[in-house]
Amino acid sequence: MKILIQPSLALLVLGFLISCGSSPQTEQAATNLAESHPKGQASVKDDVSDANILQVAIGSEAHSTLVAAVQAAEIEHVLVNAGPLTVFAPTNGAFDLLPEGTVEDLLKPENKQALATILTRHAAPGSFNVEALKREANKGRKIYMATGDYLEVVVDGEDIMVGGAKVVGTIQTSNGIINVVDKVILPE
Amino acid sequence: MQIRNQIICCICAVTMLFIVGSCSQQGQTGALNSSLADRSYVAPGEHDEFYAFISGGYSGQLSIYGLPSGRLFRVVPVFSVDAEKGYGFNEETKPLLNTSFGSIPWDDSHHPDLSQTNGKVDGRWCFINGNNTPRIARISLSSFETEEIIEIPNSAGNHSSAFVTENTEYVVAGTRFAVPVPQRDMPIEEYKGNFKGALSFIKVDQETGRMNLEFQVMMPGFNFDLAHPGRKKSHGWMFFSTYNTEEASTLLEVNASQNDKDFIAAINWKKAEELIANGQFETIKTEYAHNVYEESTHMATSTMKKEVKVLDPAKYPGLVYFLPTPKSPHGCDVDPSGEYIIGSGKLAASMTAHSFTKMLDAIENKKFDGDAYGIPVINYEDVVSGVVQQAGLGPLHTEFDNDGNAYTTFFISSEVVKWKVGTWEVLDRAPTYYSVGHLMIPGGNSQEPFGKYLVAMNKITKDRYLPTGPELAHSAQLYDISGDKMELILDFPTIGEPHYAAGCPADLIKPNQTKIYELEKNNHPYAAKSDKEARIERNGNEVHVYMTMIRSHFTPDNLEGIKVGDKVYFHVTNLEQDYDVPHGISIIGANTSELLIMPGQTETFIWEPKKEGVWPFYCTDFCSALHQEMQGYIRVSGRNSNTPLKWSLDGD
Repeated sequence: MKILIQPSLALLVLGFLISCGSSPQTEQAATNLAESHPKGQASVKDDVSDANILQVAIGSEAHSTLVAAVQAAEIEHVLVNAGPLTVFAPTNGAFDLLPEGTVEDLLKPENKQALATILTRHAAPGSFNVEALKREANKGRKIYMATGDYLEVVVDGEDIMVGGAKVVGTIQTSNGIINVVDKVILPE
Repeated sequence: MQIRNQIICCICAVTMLFIVGSCSQQGQTGALNSSLADRSYVAPGEHDEFYAFISGGYSGQLSIYGLPSGRLFRVVPVFSVDAEKGYGFNEETKPLLNTSFGSIPWDDSHHPDLSQTNGKVDGRWCFINGNNTPRIARISLSSFETEEIIEIPNSAGNHSSAFVTENTEYVVAGTRFAVPVPQRDMPIEEYKGNFKGALSFIKVDQETGRMNLEFQVMMPGFNFDLAHPGRKKSHGWMFFSTYNTEEASTLLEVNASQNDKDFIAAINWKKAEELIANGQFETIKTEYAHNVYEESTHMATSTMKKEVKVLDPAKYPGLVYFLPTPKSPHGCDVDPSGEYIIGSGKLAASMTAHSFTKMLDAIENKKFDGDAYGIPVINYEDVVSGVVQQAGLGPLHTEFDNDGNAYTTFFISSEVVKWKVGTWEVLDRAPTYYSVGHLMIPGGNSQEPFGKYLVAMNKITKDRYLPTGPELAHSAQLYDISGDKMELILDFPTIGEPHYAAGCPADLIKPNQTKIYELEKNNHPYAAKSDKEARIERNGNEVHVYMTMIRSHFTPDNLEGIKVGDKVYFHVTNLEQDYDVPHGISIIGANTSELLIMPGQTETFIWEPKKEGVWPFYCTDFCSALHQEMQGYIRVSGRNSNTPLKWSLDGD
């Protein structure tokens, strides 16, 4: 009964407000507000600055799975933030190494939070390019990830491994660094 | 459960009653208010339709507002130092404030005007005058930075400035106070006939915007108050209002109000150009500073100029005519058609509209009423076209819409009056709060005004806002003028004392914004364009630190080998190439402001350590998630110590 009354009260009041002269402009403005920034800062148009992490990832064919995952997890705004941020970006091939069906499963709406957590484990506050990664390894410092995990950096000859994934390329972006990796970094 | 339902029903009924009650009230006043609010409402994330450039008056700056919201977006430092932005404090901008009197940290900015092409506002530059130590500044509407300031010699109280001609050929600067030219030691009582009033024409380079003082028309010692350019048919002429044609030098409130009519001076600047081209001018010695900010070096330079070309109007017939205008006219405004020149005699009961067509006819047929210092005075009846009778008290300024209407402010009766150009009938009046000075309609000084909004800028605020002690922000009021009746839709506070303002559609300016400075194009001699270029160099007791900043560290961030008595130049380059990511820097005990450095830019401050110790510096602009970590230390050793010069980041 209570459940029935409340919506009807709301309807009554709403109906009344409209008849009382809520202006079409205000409603329009409210609609615009909802539509204008669905992705927060990620919807800012800027063709002058250097590309940010999200823009670089979107432009990379080798990262279409990662981009789809970021969009499914709705964390685009994190990747355009002032940062500074370092993203260890698994390639499509890296995602293919996961057990069959894992990616499809994670992309389901009900797994949004789990997916977001997995992706966030690939992001570290700070700027870690190749030199900085080597420095971390030399000084025995671990990288603090956005999920609270600490990842070890190991230099093995020419190779740099972070959390067990190999860094196969580094891109400087306007708001941080992308280190392309060959594996999805899963919790230990 | 039953009881809860009853309670909820009860609340429901009471709520409905309350809403009914408030709604019927709204029907009388609230509904009107809410529709007015809608008209100035710009939803979160949406942009205003117009930019408004409102002078900062005795703040010396230029403020940027949005219309119709009345939101303040930026204060552009122009004639006064601004510690927030390092303007006038960092080494790069200090030369902009140089004058023939030395460096001056302040002025009184009055009348902004926008560049035009073919009589239409074009969104390239904003010009504004410094009143006290006569100067004209040019502000880029891409970077919103002051790019140039030129001092105006032979002038004092640079008031009838900075008004722009139809193709931005010239910016004019007329002196309010007559002075001896050249300046010399002489008795004040010998003012009459000896002091001069210089009207300066500053040529604008169409590519760069660079200004050059082309010539001065050396007028009699009247006070030149305001000016507006001719347009369309009257293009090529500039009109200046005058008062104190009595040439009084004391108690002007009485002695300068003796004549029934003063003049509007009509200057034929195309004629002046011919004279200059033919070498028919005098060159006189003077001294004035010309300061230019170069975007590629992020640095200003100041050059002292030594002479100016001068035209004596008595010598050159056809150069200047006087239009008699009652009574101490203040505003001098030209309608969009270029036909009518409106003189607002601030002590007169009516306003005078002169006709440009009649003026040309009177000149051709020599309908003169004698002369003043050799300058022909046109018969009043042979130039006046109409009079707006008894519209209000104390008319000051007039702007126009695109439907043939004019809007005049009245200081004493504190109102804006709308009247019809041509029939001179009063159509509407609206009170202002209080004692309005200038008004602005976007595109007002052009062939094409955008007659949708009118901003009235008031001198007195009294009870309009929450009180803030004896000093109150000057109020501005926004009127919707799209209908027959002016409707007050918004009040908003301003900075300093807004005199004139200029406005234009936002779309003229938005697409041309400077968002970052490209590092590759940074030609600052002390730039460090990557972390690898960061270093320290010592030359005697002068130490130059080449420092970089990027989210979220300085390179270097540990500096040693600085000594007490050193003069340390911090040349700091922001390596970001990302819109809206400035970094700041300052150090404990710095006797100057912070630096606030835009992406790709280099700025410099000087620090003279006085005490041994280890002193921190930090980023002053919350730049990033690790902003609080963006800091460093400088070790300062004793004057005679041997601490080696050393710099590092993360120990490397």
